[in-house]
Amino acid sequence: MPQSIQLGDAKAAEIKAVSIGKTFGAFHALRNLSLDIGRGEFLTLLGPSGSGKTTFLMILAGFTAPTTGRLMMDGKDITNVPAEDRSYGMVFQGYALFPHLTVEQNIAFPLKVRGRSSADIKRKVGEMVQRVGLTGHETKLPAKLSGGQQQRVALARALVFEPSVLLLDEPFSALDKNLREMMQQEVKRLHEETGTTFVFVTHDQSEALALSSRVAIFNHGELLQVGKPQDVYERPESRFVAEFLGEINLLPLDALRLEGDRAAGQFEERTIVLNRTMAMTGPNAVAAVRPEHMVICTGPQNGDRNAITCRVEGATYFGASTKYHLKTRRGTSLAVSMPTAATSPIAPQTDVWVSWPVHQGFLLPAGG
Amino acid sequence: MTGKSATSRKMLLLAPLLLFLGLAYVVPFLGVVRWSFTLPEPGVGQYRALLTDPLVQSVFARTLRICLVVTAATLVMAYAIAYVWVRGSSVQRMLAEFCILVPFWISVLTRAFGWLAMLSNRGLINTWLQSAGIISEPLALARNELGVIIGMTHFLIPFAVFPIASAMRSIDERVLLAARGMGASRIRIFWTVFVPLTYGGLIGAALIVFVFALGFFVTPAILGGGRSVMVAELVYLRIFQSPDWGLGAAISVVLVLFIGVLLALMRRFIKPAHLVG
Repeated sequence: MPQSIQLGDAKAAEIKAVSIGKTFGAFHALRNLSLDIGRGEFLTLLGPSGSGKTTFLMILAGFTAPTTGRLMMDGKDITNVPAEDRSYGMVFQGYALFPHLTVEQNIAFPLKVRGRSSADIKRKVGEMVQRVGLTGHETKLPAKLSGGQQQRVALARALVFEPSVLLLDEPFSALDKNLREMMQQEVKRLHEETGTTFVFVTHDQSEALALSSRVAIFNHGELLQVGKPQDVYERPESRFVAEFLGEINLLPLDALRLEGDRAAGQFEERTIVLNRTMAMTGPNAVAAVRPEHMVICTGPQNGDRNAITCRVEGATYFGASTKYHLKTRRGTSLAVSMPTAATSPIAPQTDVWVSWPVHQGFLLPAGG
Repeated sequence: MTGKSATSRKMLLLAPLLLFLGLAYVVPFLGVVRWSFTLPEPGVGQYRALLTDPLVQSVFARTLRICLVVTAATLVMAYAIAYVWVRGSSVQRMLAEFCILVPFWISVLTRAFGWLAMLSNRGLINTWLQSAGIISEPLALARNELGVIIGMTHFLIPFAVFPIASAMRSIDERVLLAARGMGASRIRIFWTVFVPLTYGGLIGAALIVFVFALGFFVTPAILGGGRSVMVAELVYLRIFQSPDWGLGAAISVVLVLFIGVLLALMRRFIKPAHLVG
């Protein structure tokens, strides 16, 4: 284990984006985006490619100027402050290491720019090398390092000058799954140790949920929802957010009624009850339930649950879990994911009940 | 096995070129090598003369001096042009392309006479400066080493621009952004990141220009006015204007060997593919 070293007086900044807009010609890359990034938080910008998340990161970094809106840091307007004066750490997609400099020289670069004494540089670089586990690789060129090691150099170089904000642009996209998970833990640990504000861009929803203190979901240049991972996953406010964060079953409801903090509607002759989490306008809505919140059973279960009848069409084995593909009586497709160890295999064409607790379902607008 | 036959089929495509080079260059050059050892009498007398003849030595020294100055001047100017060509605005790029390609298409002879019209005692520059009253006597811009250097540099710039621009194009934009994000000024980024990442292109350009310059004939003959004879012109003089074929042949052999060594060095530093844009 690398020992814990205090990063001195590293302080974390607070950023406020106010009605940021960015157009490239006729293309709206970002529309009217307002977002507060808290001191020391780990905020992930999540969205498909072209959603505006990277544009927003580039605006935060100062590499791109917003067309409209303002950017505030700790109460000061930094909209027109160039990147070189913002002093944020940044880890680029593909790492962007200096190919002609050794590991040590790469990490020393931001300190040299700041005119630190060579003794100070040597000490800081030594600490950082140890901290990210690169001992023994100090004099190698980046081309001689593995992807994971290059990633560590990029992190060390971005953190060595104790920036108040660290920006990470899809840093793990080139790594294989195991290395990716290892580096995710590494980044999480560095966040906890430094206490710096981290802003992380990814298109991988599981990465976003695993790392962040909050997730901001982007689509078509708009910020759709910001919240804690559990909130955005379990209480999405739109179909896009619900579907982007993971597989979800959508059951169209008829005759929607609102009763206090609950909502009820008809689905294939059965009444489905849901928590009322958002204001619904029209009478048409869908009930949304994650596959892992549903179970397959032999009859309608008691308690505060919903149940519908289905026929099993097939199953996919994922090791730890098994996903069952089902169809309701009128042909709506469903997926139910259950721990493999907790179930015995169910043959196709079996008629079953699918049930889920009322509090695990939520309403979404139909067809939106 | 299929790989082998595919390779030999590809070799067939090269065959006409190899045949041409063999018949047009290698075989005649072997004849030149033979002259150098047989004329006027068999032996290594001509090579011994090379080491002692003060005229030959001064020509070799002048050739090296001119080539070094031309290489340095060419690299500096080609770097600036390549920078604008690769990183300038679209108008600047077009302008740079024009400046690179137009001289490239004009014959070396035309360009040498063009420079003569500019640089000679009664040329454009001296006439203007004199009529403006800045100078009373014409400046010695042509018919000397300076004229040769100007003409050769102008000719060689495009050959240096291509490998340098190729190296500049292969720089990852994010590396430069990363340096900016770390607080580095543009001047610092240029000298500590951008330029070091183009060293490969610079070395390649330097070797190409230097090797090319060593064999220059037309430009020094016209702009040097017989007063700044370089090696290639000396060979010409020995073979066409004197009966001293053996010495001319020996100079040729030495020049070819020297260039061969430089090319071998170049192969060690850079891959040929990096030299073309």
